[in-house]
Amino acid sequence: MRRGRSGGAPRGAWRWLREHAVNIVAALVVVYMLIPIAVILVFSFNDPAGKYNFTWVGFTLSHWGNAFGIPELNSALLTSLKLALLATVVSTAIGTLMAIALVRHRFHGRRAANLLIVVPMATPEIVMGASLLSFFIILGTPGLGFQTLLIAHVMFCISFVVVVVRSRLIGFDRNLEEAAQDLGATPLETFRLVTLPLIMPGVFGGALLAFALSIDDFVISNFNSGTTVTFPLYVYGAAQRGIPVEVNVIAMILFGVTVLAMGATVWQQRRAEKMSEVRPDQEAMPPVAIGAAEAA
Amino acid sequence: MAERRRIVPYFLLGPGTIWLLLFFVVPLFYMGYLSLESGVVGSLSFSWNWGNYSDALSLYDTQFARSFLYSGLATLICLLVAYPLAYTIAFRAGRWRNALLFAVVAPFFTTYLIRTLAWETILSDQSPAVDALRFVGLVPENGHVLATGGAVIAGLVYNFLPFMILPIYASLEQIDERLVEAAKDLYASSRAAFLRVTLPLSAPGIVAGTLLTFIPATGDYVNAQFLGSAGNQMIGNVIQSLYKTQLDYPAAAALSFVLMALIMVVVLVYIRFAGSEALMGEENL
Repeated sequence: MRRGRSGGAPRGAWRWLREHAVNIVAALVVVYMLIPIAVILVFSFNDPAGKYNFTWVGFTLSHWGNAFGIPELNSALLTSLKLALLATVVSTAIGTLMAIALVRHRFHGRRAANLLIVVPMATPEIVMGASLLSFFIILGTPGLGFQTLLIAHVMFCISFVVVVVRSRLIGFDRNLEEAAQDLGATPLETFRLVTLPLIMPGVFGGALLAFALSIDDFVISNFNSGTTVTFPLYVYGAAQRGIPVEVNVIAMILFGVTVLAMGATVWQQRRAEKMSEVRPDQEAMPPVAIGAAEAA
Repeated sequence: MAERRRIVPYFLLGPGTIWLLLFFVVPLFYMGYLSLESGVVGSLSFSWNWGNYSDALSLYDTQFARSFLYSGLATLICLLVAYPLAYTIAFRAGRWRNALLFAVVAPFFTTYLIRTLAWETILSDQSPAVDALRFVGLVPENGHVLATGGAVIAGLVYNFLPFMILPIYASLEQIDERLVEAAKDLYASSRAAFLRVTLPLSAPGIVAGTLLTFIPATGDYVNAQFLGSAGNQMIGNVIQSLYKTQLDYPAAAALSFVLMALIMVVVLVYIRFAGSEALMGEENL
């Protein structure tokens, strides 16, 4: 009605724009988030003239065919995978135990323990890298290399694992554990057969995050690597003298694998949620109703 | 039995606590020790050399100021950009919600360095994006984008944006929409309902997001190195070059300490104003 009176399309368009402003901004942000990924993908098909893969020259599949054809890149990738795998296993084990202690137990020093977990996440990476390097320099041992990288990676992964696993534990139904113990399970059996399977999605999520953090870490690794070269460190070194196109190919392969792993976690989480819904809903069926049903 | 139960949490916490104490807390003391040494590599000796600190501040005060300026601006831009997206995902996305959340975390699935290098391509002089900016007059005819402070800030915004979006989304998503409806039933305009109900309820997410963006952005040196020029160096660049190439460990350690202290001061002041629930929120559970 109002639109009719003030006459026309411009006003209507303006109103549409105002109503959808938030969504339009959101759409633009999403495009912005994805542009660099698109650029990495497009330039993985580039056929650059010189060493520098910065301008588009022509389309070729040869670098996808040669994805694993650069020995230094392969060994860097292998080092990164080995490091990430080890760091994930150690930090997930340690972090899960810490999360259980923090959620399940009341004890002296709980606040201090929480603080010890929060502070590393709130410390700039460069400070962590620099302080660890200072530590290793003064001690003189162990020499910088794979072992110092592993120490550093486990250190910065622990806090994130604790946070992820803890969030899963908080929504956990403890009646299930009590039921297991009533049925004669020992504490260890209860943990292995009831607790662990139920918190598994959280543990898996924490492990995935740890793996992603480790394989992507550059700053802390750059300080503590010695002569060991991880994938990000290889990219950093190559950036000075021209990055081979194969790096883009590997980046896209890693991207694809991570997306699949993410999808798998989400799927597993949904399944776990469905499984825990199987139990009769106590709110929906109050004791009186159960009694009545039995009487009938 | 009760005795045994009481020590269980300490056993569970043990390995992680030891790891974090030994490889996070103790190294900070070692860095403090190193920062008070004097001499050159090979003949460093401890001498309570506080001069390292005054030198650090007077030699590199511009890089410190620039770090806080760049990361402060980047944090502000992140907040302005992230809020509408988080709001859309939380309240208006419907079945697109998961797709949008995927788009937000997608950058994490590519290596940090490689996506920063992708921005180097996007912002380089020959790139169509820069041509477009020249066409609309945002960049002068022969102007550059790469190797400017603007490019460094743009890189920081891009790399840390998900850290802003996700906490804000998480806090918006928990809001009971009936509260907003109630405000409107009581004759609040959409604007008033947003300003007096939605925005205050999402404050914990804003606080967490700004901290998660500001802290790493201040210490970052990758964006300044690849997207900036020599005149855009941040304090991270100085620290890494002192440690890695000039081998001036005492100065580098002193700078790291000053950086950490300054960030801590900014964060504490900010939390004082914004409330600490966002950072230690889980404590109440």
